[in-house]
Amino acid sequence: MPAIQVENLSKIYPVAVKEPGLAGTLNHFFRRTYRSVAAVQSVSFEIGAGEVVGFLGANGAGKTTTLKMLTGLIHPSEGKIRVAGHVPFCRENAFLRKITLVMGQKQQLIWDLPALDSLRINAAVYGISDQTFRQRVGELSEMLSLQEKLTQPVRKLSLGERMKAELLAALLHQPEVLFLDEPTLGLDVNAQVSVREFLKEYNQRYKATVLLTSHYMADITALCQRVLMIHAGKLIYDGSLDGLLDRFAPCREVTVELAQGLSSSQLAVYGDLGNVDGRIAHFIVPQEKLTQMIARILADLEVVDLTVTDPPIEEVIGRVFRAGAI
Amino acid sequence: MKRQIQRAIAITKTLMVVYYAYMLEYRAELLLWVLSGSLPLILMGVWVQAAQGGGNFGLSPLDFTRYFLAVFLVRQFTVVWVIWEFEREVVEGKLSFRLLQPFDPGWHHFISHIAERFARLPFALILIVLFFWLYPQSFWVPSLANALLCLLVVCLAFVLRFAAQYTFAMFSFWIERANAIESFWFLFYLFLSGLIAPVRIFPPLVQEIVKWTPFPYMIDFPASILVGLPVNVGQGLAVMLVWIGLFLALNRRLWRLGLKRYSGMGA
Repeated sequence: MPAIQVENLSKIYPVAVKEPGLAGTLNHFFRRTYRSVAAVQSVSFEIGAGEVVGFLGANGAGKTTTLKMLTGLIHPSEGKIRVAGHVPFCRENAFLRKITLVMGQKQQLIWDLPALDSLRINAAVYGISDQTFRQRVGELSEMLSLQEKLTQPVRKLSLGERMKAELLAALLHQPEVLFLDEPTLGLDVNAQVSVREFLKEYNQRYKATVLLTSHYMADITALCQRVLMIHAGKLIYDGSLDGLLDRFAPCREVTVELAQGLSSSQLAVYGDLGNVDGRIAHFIVPQEKLTQMIARILADLEVVDLTVTDPPIEEVIGRVFRAGAI
Repeated sequence: MKRQIQRAIAITKTLMVVYYAYMLEYRAELLLWVLSGSLPLILMGVWVQAAQGGGNFGLSPLDFTRYFLAVFLVRQFTVVWVIWEFEREVVEGKLSFRLLQPFDPGWHHFISHIAERFARLPFALILIVLFFWLYPQSFWVPSLANALLCLLVVCLAFVLRFAAQYTFAMFSFWIERANAIESFWFLFYLFLSGLIAPVRIFPPLVQEIVKWTPFPYMIDFPASILVGLPVNVGQGLAVMLVWIGLFLALNRRLWRLGLKRYSGMGA
């Protein structure tokens, strides 16, 4: 049985509308009007137990609203959801024990106390015995390299340490299904890497199902074989990461090292120019024009080295949204 | 059943210890909160002056002194602020983390209030000792029966005040600024609870009406018991329990309805 089943899921919010200015303010006070916003529209998908799936979409696409419905925080307007065999919005204790939600921009730890105090509350709430508590905290804090930090007040921790402590708190009850909403938001590169590695290890060790949203494509490429893409509340893609690139942006990145540096305007005539770093220039080239473009560059310029790779996924997705390809 | 009780005890113990530690993080704030509850001591001066000036209130200046000192003490143990915290949790979406746990979020607030009582207790006692040292004539020792009864009634008064305010807090799901309800309610609380003046000096008709409301049982009733003024204990306890039951029933109903409207804003 899939760990997550979603069928025709929709969420429509009423949003108050206010015109600017004094007249708008008075009108808003005496005669409030609302419009309906369809945050999620007829979304359907299934995720198997143990799968790690990336959930992509621009800001306001409906990712977080979907996660909130999957965790039972908000009621769907329409559709059916089953997570770990439960209907989320019934909020049965058995369901709540099987899931967790980590929100990169929110924290559950008590700010002024050591993280260990918040962990003790979670242990009591989930009915975790002292022995199991010590064992799990030891194991998870070792995986997260947090051992020394748990007795310091949360406010004294760095952002990365705090995020790791949040992860520890969220995973203390060993949930089967993890919903991660931007878990590496704002972290430096090292902290991002260690959180990613931890999540990978956690998934492998406990066979947990993970649905992950992130603005950092490195999170997605490092952890997910499969991605869901949502745009304006609608699911527009469900498949492999490579398939996403082929479908929405069948292009390659060509990196050229030249014998002599050229200006951007001189290089731009050869194609869609990306970064230029001294004598090294990056181009994004449509698949069908690749041979022609490379032949032209080799004929016109003195090339030291040339490589063709898949473009960075964030670049591709950014271009897809910017170009209005969807 | 036994396992559930053991779990409840374990959770309560852990929450008490952690929230007590949390409250003790704010020593200066705690002292200021205790001092901010000294309105009864100011009103004591006003009423003692009025009684000494020949006013016929049925209470002597010494009765007023002891009554308002008892009011100060009762207030220290029945102060509630759950509506501001709950409203913030709803408006900022912080309630989401609590909703993800198999434990009713209301208990976090309830137990944190109790933990705060223990943190506040030493400060309040120091102020009372100081008061008796400055004004020894006012010193009295309540009978053991009255002291125990007062303890029970203060606990119920706290539960009543908490249940009422937590119920108003549920309106955060609809109006987002639910503390306005508490501000409106506070107007009645201020005048009818015995905080400004003992209910027994009100006109008889007002007293007859007020005794069926929850207000006098939040301050006047426990304070009068502590001082030794005559009260109808049976009726008082019965009215308190009925109001607690009504607020709790309404609270659970609003909670269930409110969760359907919760949107986890900002989260």
